[in-house]
Amino acid sequence: MQAKVLVTLRAGVLDPAGEAVADGLRQLGFDEVRSVRVGKVIEVELDDEIDASLAKERLGQMAGQLLANLVIEDYDIEFVESPPDKDAGPSGCA
Amino acid sequence: MKVAVITFPGSNCDSDAISVMRVMLGLDTKAVWHKEARLPDQVRLVIIPGGFSYGDALRSGAIARFSPIMADIKRFADAGGLVIGICNGFQILLESGLLPGAMLQNASQKFVCRMVQVEAVSNTTPFTSDYQRHEWLRIPVAHHEGRYHADEETYRQLQRDDRIAFRYGCRDNPNGSLGDVAGIVNAQRNVLGMMPHPERAVESLLGSDDGLRLFRSAVRFAKSREG
Repeated sequence: MQAKVLVTLRAGVLDPAGEAVADGLRQLGFDEVRSVRVGKVIEVELDDEIDASLAKERLGQMAGQLLANLVIEDYDIEFVESPPDKDAGPSGCA
Repeated sequence: MKVAVITFPGSNCDSDAISVMRVMLGLDTKAVWHKEARLPDQVRLVIIPGGFSYGDALRSGAIARFSPIMADIKRFADAGGLVIGICNGFQILLESGLLPGAMLQNASQKFVCRMVQVEAVSNTTPFTSDYQRHEWLRIPVAHHEGRYHADEETYRQLQRDDRIAFRYGCRDNPNGSLGDVAGIVNAQRNVLGMMPHPERAVESLLGSDDGLRLFRSAVRFAKSREG
């Protein structure tokens, strides 16, 4: 099971990298850009057997204990659609 | 009395700290690798030096807390032992929960390496008793993630309990830290974290010797407890 933990700076915490990126976008002519916040994506692969609700709970614990620093950051968890079963390939393949 | 200086993979100010304690102050100083499970016997002061432990993976200081030695440092600190975290050492203490708050990238987005004016705000800590209250010191900084942040309640508590050991001059704040905070102590006052590098300000030849009194204060305090 694949999951993504999205870590972003909390609202109100100054994000100088985001401001620099926003400036860059405006210099490229993207005048509609009002603000940019830069965060990070942490991809986590879990045991396939794990139940989805337990996975969410465990990922929340991972985020709280290590992946995000809750003093300055928030997090969000997304599950990635599993790719088609590779054993069910086109017939005739070995 | 014995001093321990911890080296993590990526620490780079450990030799400077050892040199101050061993050569300038003449103390029995042990270099301790982070994989050690225990501090040497009779250690009275632990220094977590600056650098880039684990290449700043995830966040500065976030991975060092899993090093075996950290459990013993926590035990040592809980028992009242003196701990100084400098720069990356401060970041490690924050990420380990030994000090409150967190570090963010400098507001300028730049790595800042220069001498700054630092105010000794509180002199009622084991580390700052040799300073006058509100004395201005010259101590260099060298960091990219030094913008101290804490929630409002935590910051109020730090102020109320006189736990802000050092502040930058308000016109000379190199990183945009909350309240110009440069260094804080824990509630028990035996753990200090600071971004400026006192070990780089120990001889007038280096531009300042204002940092030396910090180590002298800590050593005197530790010795007085040894009886």
